[in-house]
Amino acid sequence: MTADREQQVLDRIEKARRRRPKLKEERITLAHGSGGKASATLVEAVFLEAFRNPLLEPLEDGAVLAAGGARLAFTTDSFVVSPLFFPGGDIGDLAVNGTVNDLAVSGARPLWLSAGFILEEGFPVADLERIVASMAAAARAAGVQVVTGDTKVVQRGKADGCYVNTAGVGVIERTGTLELAAARPGDAVIVSGPIGDHGVTVMLARGELDIESEVVTDTAPLAGLVERLLDATEGVRGLRDATRGGVATILNEVARAAGVAVVIEEDAVPVRTEVRGACELLGIDPLYVACEGRMVAVVDGSAAEAAVAALRSHPLGEGAAVIGRVKDDPPGLVLLRTSFGGTRIVDLLVGDPLPRIC
Amino acid sequence: MCLGIPGEVVEILPDRPDLAKVDVSGVKRAINIGLLEKETLRPGDWVLIHVGFALSKIDEEEAKAALEFLEGIGQAYADELAAMSESKIE
Amino acid sequence: MRFVDEFRDAEKAQALAAQIAGLCEPGRQYKLMEVCGGHTHTIYKHGLEDYLPETITLVHGPGCPVCVIPMGRVDDAIFIARQPDVIMTTFGDMMRVPGSHGSFFDAKAEGADIRMVYSPLDSLKIARQHPDKRVVFMAIGFETTAPSSAMTVLRAAAEGIENFSIFCNHVTIIPAIKAILDSPDLRLDGFIGPGHVSTVIGCRPYEFIAGDYGKPLVCAGFEPLDLLQSIYMLMLQLAQGRSQVENQYTRVVAWDGNPKALRAINEVMELRPYFEWRGLGFISHSALRVRERYAGFDAERLFLVPGVRVADPKACQCGEVLKGVLKPWECKVFGTACTPETPIGTCMVSPEGACAAYYNFGRFTRERVKEATRS
Repeated sequence: MTADREQQVLDRIEKARRRRPKLKEERITLAHGSGGKASATLVEAVFLEAFRNPLLEPLEDGAVLAAGGARLAFTTDSFVVSPLFFPGGDIGDLAVNGTVNDLAVSGARPLWLSAGFILEEGFPVADLERIVASMAAAARAAGVQVVTGDTKVVQRGKADGCYVNTAGVGVIERTGTLELAAARPGDAVIVSGPIGDHGVTVMLARGELDIESEVVTDTAPLAGLVERLLDATEGVRGLRDATRGGVATILNEVARAAGVAVVIEEDAVPVRTEVRGACELLGIDPLYVACEGRMVAVVDGSAAEAAVAALRSHPLGEGAAVIGRVKDDPPGLVLLRTSFGGTRIVDLLVGDPLPRIC
Repeated sequence: MCLGIPGEVVEILPDRPDLAKVDVSGVKRAINIGLLEKETLRPGDWVLIHVGFALSKIDEEEAKAALEFLEGIGQAYADELAAMSESKIE
Repeated sequence: MRFVDEFRDAEKAQALAAQIAGLCEPGRQYKLMEVCGGHTHTIYKHGLEDYLPETITLVHGPGCPVCVIPMGRVDDAIFIARQPDVIMTTFGDMMRVPGSHGSFFDAKAEGADIRMVYSPLDSLKIARQHPDKRVVFMAIGFETTAPSSAMTVLRAAAEGIENFSIFCNHVTIIPAIKAILDSPDLRLDGFIGPGHVSTVIGCRPYEFIAGDYGKPLVCAGFEPLDLLQSIYMLMLQLAQGRSQVENQYTRVVAWDGNPKALRAINEVMELRPYFEWRGLGFISHSALRVRERYAGFDAERLFLVPGVRVADPKACQCGEVLKGVLKPWECKVFGTACTPETPIGTCMVSPEGACAAYYNFGRFTRERVKEATRS
């Protein structure tokens, strides 16, 4: 009897879960921008609702378009990081690499970028020049050109100094599609290097936490790394660059898109010692911390070894490792086998990982 | 309320006797050691850090004893497993 | 990481798990309560329950000092944050706790200057940097954190800083444990004692639990092996018919606690006659407030907070869930009026509260999850 009642309650929750997500908040909060559950609800309830079309629906990092016999990838990203300058890079690096990477993981050769600037009245021109110089260098390193742009200036007090938006176009020369939804049981999940460097760097750079460390951002253009991987094996199902929301968010995307279970080993996930130290101190899980130069790849099980070797042969893929496997049950869930030997479910966070004291 | 992390004291700040710099896996922060009674803290000592304060000095002898106990249980278990796998009931 | 990794060793866990299983009386069910939210976090983070036999259930206690703060107090805090020239500073834990009209996060979205800090000392730093603003620190936590708030007030007093105050919502652990022990439908066999609270108060305050109520308590550390060892020590006591207070966390907890920390609390704070706990009702002498002589640092006095009591909805059954009497799905409002997005009581407010955890993952049995992770 009680088992029935319990099942009834569980069924009711399941039904509520399946309903189209509705936005309950009346105002935007920071959680809506963090890449977690709140962001996903916002995208589905507001943007997808309004714009719905088959090209948008996949909600991959870039849209794949066909025009005049060519296949193109098209993506956009806005950069609002604070502080603007941090160890290892600045907003300019992120603005170029972020969009280049979204194109690369769509299977495209990144070619052209637009750059839109929203500048705060009073912002030092010297800082702007510094940012733009970073963008130029990053574009050269990535083999792309900034071919169009825009500038707006807003009143003092807005725009945190400088916001940048970049949109990018790349050409897809390989056949086949890369999509996380193609993941199937037996596939391997690979990460291209240690996780969490960028998020920790920026958190510490804000200065409020008074923590010193040598961690630097991992921002990097991944197009070359992606090519190395795709040249080495045909078994790549899908790719994503890990940005806000961290690796955990991508793993959840795989599980949901493909209706599979993703099981990862805590011991196999590469994390730098200092990143781990900072996360322990603050009570944050590195799996949810943003990266800016790391890739997650889902590849056919038999291709895993070749894939990791290919990644490691490239300077940006030095720390590449298989972190887990795709299984069939329980579908839609990401599970972690802890170093301690227990299991834990890795769910999406509602918003940003917040430092805790409890 | 509960998040306390062990950190190694790397420097006592000369002009501020109530502060010490600690290292947690390569990440450093100055913390307040005012809650530690009569302890003369030296670089190399370990403390329990909570919200920027040292709550207690880590007793390394006790830590060793705790690990030895766990080691002991572990060994007994391993021995038993070995004995079990060696003895076959025909 | 030293003093961390050694206590996360999976091999030693196997041995302890075997010992624990061996101590279980056949046919008997055991319910052990871990009082402290940090322990609940460790249990989930490392998947500790996989090492326990099905006959041992861990009941998650009221140890989230943030989640037990009633809505009225959250409203008061937001009232303060909305005053002109106020910078409200808080730990991250507080950001999503719901008041009757939204959380700190929502208030921030509406324009209140609310900033996250790692330490109350950081809050004092902000006060020094902004002499024209009134900086308030949202002081939450059990006795673990109260000394830090107290020391910060003492520092502010010593430096003559006049624009700093704390909104004191520190709660004390013993009355909460007693409230659970005193309930007529208690079904707990033993307690896993809060490790870091004990670095301050020591182990002596728990002696009444073993002496007057006959329940064993083991003061536990926060790494998974600490918890497993503590469970082992509890099971040993139960098997041997003992009920005592024992200290597993000897590398950090002294039987007499930290006298200096206790003096700091006593200097700056005093017990409130009573305080309301979300889901548990009014508990006497269970919370701290700033003493008269430090009134200049007491946000409650400085800001004339409304202090409106917002009662828990009658339907809230957190009390019974916390005592292990009800399972989450047995609560009348579970999954309907009370969900993680619209939480009513503490069991749902805390992401590791029994109800939040069950809501999100209850449909996945432990076996199914374990099966999936077997390679």
